[in-house]
Amino acid sequence: MTLYTATEEEQNLSIVPARYRGRWVMAGVVVLGVALMVYGMVTNQRFQWGTVGEYLFAAPVLAGLGNTLMLTAVSMAIGIVLGIAVAVCRLSPNPILSSAAWAYSWFFRGTPLMVQLLFWFFMAALIPKLVLGVPFGPSFFEISTNTLISPFTAAILGLSLNEGAYMGEIVRSGIRAIPAGQTEAAKAMGMTRLQTMRRVILPQAMRVIIPPTGNETIGMLKYTSLVIVIGYSELLTSVSIIYSRTFQTIPLLIVAALWYLAVTAVLSVGQYYLERHFERGFTPMKAAKSLPGAAANARLKNGLPPASSASLAIPNGPAEELEKVK
Amino acid sequence: MKEPIVRARDIRKSFGHLEVLKGISLDINAGEVACLLGPSGSGKSTFLRCMNHLEKIDGGQLWVQGERIGYRRSGNKLHELKEHETAKQRASIGMVFQQFNLFPHRTALENVIEGPTVVQRIPKEQAVEEGRQLLARVGLADKADHYPGQLSGGQQQRVAIARSLALKPSVMLFDEPTSALDPELVGEVLDVMRSLADSGMTMIVVTHEMGFAKEVGNVVHFMADGQLVESGDPHQVLEDPREPRTQAFLSKVLA
Repeated sequence: MTLYTATEEEQNLSIVPARYRGRWVMAGVVVLGVALMVYGMVTNQRFQWGTVGEYLFAAPVLAGLGNTLMLTAVSMAIGIVLGIAVAVCRLSPNPILSSAAWAYSWFFRGTPLMVQLLFWFFMAALIPKLVLGVPFGPSFFEISTNTLISPFTAAILGLSLNEGAYMGEIVRSGIRAIPAGQTEAAKAMGMTRLQTMRRVILPQAMRVIIPPTGNETIGMLKYTSLVIVIGYSELLTSVSIIYSRTFQTIPLLIVAALWYLAVTAVLSVGQYYLERHFERGFTPMKAAKSLPGAAANARLKNGLPPASSASLAIPNGPAEELEKVK
Repeated sequence: MKEPIVRARDIRKSFGHLEVLKGISLDINAGEVACLLGPSGSGKSTFLRCMNHLEKIDGGQLWVQGERIGYRRSGNKLHELKEHETAKQRASIGMVFQQFNLFPHRTALENVIEGPTVVQRIPKEQAVEEGRQLLARVGLADKADHYPGQLSGGQQQRVAIARSLALKPSVMLFDEPTSALDPELVGEVLDVMRSLADSGMTMIVVTHEMGFAKEVGNVVHFMADGQLVESGDPHQVLEDPREPRTQAFLSKVLA
């Protein structure tokens, strides 16, 4: 068997990547368009950037922003916990549990969030007092629904119960994305169902769960503005109170929009790091990332023959076939 | 006579209307390497999975190390065990899968110490030390911090074997451990299994590797259509089969 040895000239052949001129043209068009838009916005007096700057850090706006953030954080936290519970119930072998979970999702996804918020707020009209005691028997403790349900509690109840229904579906899709072999391996090792869920399934399901949960969180940030209907104040309420007095509607809406954008940017960064954390073990090998050209150069630098002749030197298998072809 | 490690009596199992195990009875003794052979669909994998209750049996009785698997008998009734009771039984029965089923989000070492630390609640330092020894035993001491995705199929299967051994099982079940591997990687996994057999481990191996069955196996059980057709010394069963079903299968496989 004769081996093919590359000549000096062949070994020094260099690779030129394909060039795409169209990409540069498109990039130019996009940059020009963005520049035009920014120029228009900055020079247009009717945007009233001065007013925007004046109110951007105004106390009532910041207070509203604080409420928005608090509502988003609390509702999402409760919603995620509820979602995991709903998903686990949905996948439970107990038919009562799985139907109950299904019914919960059906109801809270199937009615408008605004209706749910109003419903919680006016719960006293339906159920005037809440009683703790033996069912159909004596009661130990009674409380008027009106003292329990404030605009704040109604907002949290409405937002988080609604979110739990959506999160339930997201978590369920994540759990179902994990191959059955993982559960089997965990079972065969003697793990209980809870251990399997916590140690094996959920950490892997997070890869699937996080991107839509990021969507939900950003969505929630803006859905919180619906609590205006039950008289709880947040970012959009705060600016609307100001512009209804000063009639500077557009600049104040820009103030709110800028804050929503800023928070969304922060959330996106957080999402990036969360995704990276749960990506562990799933990212492709480092070696696979390096370019073939780079690998070949490294081989040359280390005094190794180029990969092409090295692979031909394998004593049997593909090399022999190559010889036959020649 | 010594109590066999696995005692199966008239094991029956159906999936819907399809009866996949039609009454299998066999004994497997301590230190024995038993190979289950047979055409696909013969029920050999299902039978193996019954041994750690991954599949519930519909009839018959099954003991591993004298302990009835998956059920408790009281009077004339077999009560299915609670999940945590079955889990405890499974911890002493190692299992290696065709698709390895390593946990992709944990490194090789983390995979190996998962059982000892989570199931057996062994201190982490001790588990890590034993885990490294096990990885060394399967020839992967230098891959402890690699994720499964960074390992070849053969290396993954060797980690999976180490992961099963970490629980110090009394018997190891292998479900077609080399069927998903590239041909050139089969040897390294069989080598590990061979050394495991040499160390005296009781092994039940569902396999298509006739060479391994002949060389390492103490006994071969040939199954077809949910029944045990022929059992015996590997050389006898594989070279001079008595039953026509075995002859037909072997003539196809060895052709």
